[in-house]
Amino acid sequence: MFYRESGQFKTSYQTDQAIFPIAQDRWFVYAILAIAVFVVPFYIDDYWANAIFLPFLIYALAAMGLNILTGYCGQLSLGTGGFMAVGAYATYKLMTMFPEMNFILIILLSGGITAMVGILFGIPSLRIKGFYLAVATLAAQFFLVWLFNKVGWFYNYSASGQISATRMVMFGFQITGPEAAPAVKYLFCLGFVLVFGLIAKNIARGRIGRAWMAIRDMDIAAEIIGIKPLDAKLGAFAVSSFYIGMSGSLYFAVWLGAAEVGEAFGISQSFLILFIVIIGGLGTVLGSFLGAAFMVLMPILLKNFMVDGLSIMAVTAKHVEIMLMGTMIIIFLIVEPHGFARLWQITKEKLRLWPFPH
Amino acid sequence: MAQERKIGDVILRVDDISLSFGGVKALSNISFDVKEHEVRAIIGPNGAGKSSMLNVINGFYHPQEGTITYLGNTRRQMKPHEAARQGIARTFQNIALFKGMSTLDNIMTGRNTMMKKGLFWQALNLGPARKEEMEHRQAVERIIEFLEIEHIRKTPVGRLPYGLQKRVELGRALAAEPSLLLLDEPMAGMNIEEKEDMCRFVLDVNDEFGTTIVLIEHDMGVVMDISDRVVVLDYGCKLADGTPDEVRSNKEVIDAYLGVSHD
Repeated sequence: MFYRESGQFKTSYQTDQAIFPIAQDRWFVYAILAIAVFVVPFYIDDYWANAIFLPFLIYALAAMGLNILTGYCGQLSLGTGGFMAVGAYATYKLMTMFPEMNFILIILLSGGITAMVGILFGIPSLRIKGFYLAVATLAAQFFLVWLFNKVGWFYNYSASGQISATRMVMFGFQITGPEAAPAVKYLFCLGFVLVFGLIAKNIARGRIGRAWMAIRDMDIAAEIIGIKPLDAKLGAFAVSSFYIGMSGSLYFAVWLGAAEVGEAFGISQSFLILFIVIIGGLGTVLGSFLGAAFMVLMPILLKNFMVDGLSIMAVTAKHVEIMLMGTMIIIFLIVEPHGFARLWQITKEKLRLWPFPH
Repeated sequence: MAQERKIGDVILRVDDISLSFGGVKALSNISFDVKEHEVRAIIGPNGAGKSSMLNVINGFYHPQEGTITYLGNTRRQMKPHEAARQGIARTFQNIALFKGMSTLDNIMTGRNTMMKKGLFWQALNLGPARKEEMEHRQAVERIIEFLEIEHIRKTPVGRLPYGLQKRVELGRALAAEPSLLLLDEPMAGMNIEEKEDMCRFVLDVNDEFGTTIVLIEHDMGVVMDISDRVVVLDYGCKLADGTPDEVRSNKEVIDAYLGVSHD
């Protein structure tokens, strides 16, 4: 009833191609952004930052990266954890080698380094597809984790084999380290996610995004209309790895503070982000956010419900939680294989007509 | 009508093309030419090598022997995307659209090679990239209008009926503003009205944009009506080449199509 497009006329192609062409959607997004920027920072505490907001933002960023590669360009990858590790270790090396360097620049450079590693491991995609490519990227995952474990230079030969973030200050605010304020960490990550979310959307709906989707939907036809598979595929690997590298960097430096490669960037990390992308919706930027919210919030809600609501022991609750998560993912994928983004789209279509059925 | 159009010089010449897959000879010593602005048909029974011939022209198959001269450049091999950049566009026998994308995006993708702005401007979607996008959108809207598919602009092509998908595919090929358009059975599987629509579009493209067209078609009525010259292939060999009337009365062609008694 309130969600009507009547009276909203598009008089230029520009308004027709806006990200949110419908005014109600626009206001909804503005409201969420306003809450995220002006309300949340005043109420956020350590628990909310570390358990909910930072993981949500960082996984959303990583999911956007994987979505570019798998959702838009159709190249299945299981190397996300490894690429996040590249971002994290690049950040660590840059932090310790150039302590004076601007932290934003460090993160962008870490993204750039990961992009180059991504291109390198993307080369097999020119010859192999689908599951075979997934296996090739799996090799990247294991190789990178092994490399950061074995070669002492990457963790500055520290005795524990761990990397830990040095203290980074920008504009008088401390961003990394245990003393950093949760609101600062939150806003820093939020800034990255918003800027790069917008960039991802822009790339995806322009020439480059169309080339990726063409390769995904029918690579032979794409080549015949003049798209070079080499450029499109390696471009997708580069941009995707750039995002994943940045998220790995934030994950290590801002959220965790210290990391050990096998534990923080193992294969389970790759799967987690793949699940986020699939549950959120392949080939949508919005889906990366919805999927990340689901995968971060659901275990916490389940745990709180079982421990506080049903007074189940925390250890038992943890096991039940994993089982329930698995079941929910399966049921959800049977009901809506195209993920939350599709569910959202269907809801909007229904809402336009509501309360009438047609 | 066909006589009124000005047929120009030869723009495409294939010489002695031979193509085989392992032991199977798909094409043997095929030569013919295509003149500017004409509608050239390739016909022949199933398995005659018609689609292989198109695949050779746009670089998808690499012939073992022979050369292809297009716009004065002689070559034997090229990559499909190079052919596309030189102005060769095509449609497929089995529709090869990008199923997850809308009609608009499919046709916009046809113009991808003409868009030049790099990743940086694309990412910001400001200034040059946005301006470029809007210019191409305008060109695409003209094609959408021309093909009368305004109502399905935002529909994912996977949901469209067959006849419309064929039309969108033609639109995607036209979007590249090709000088040579290869159509592989554009009317296959269509009812009579859809065929008439498609014929009209093909002739209009040829008339309005002056695009040279090479088409493969099984409907003899259509072929004889709209083409200027016809090549007949059978078992990978050229049987006949000439105007529709010449081909129709050629004895070998009649034998190939109707069979010949071996007595």
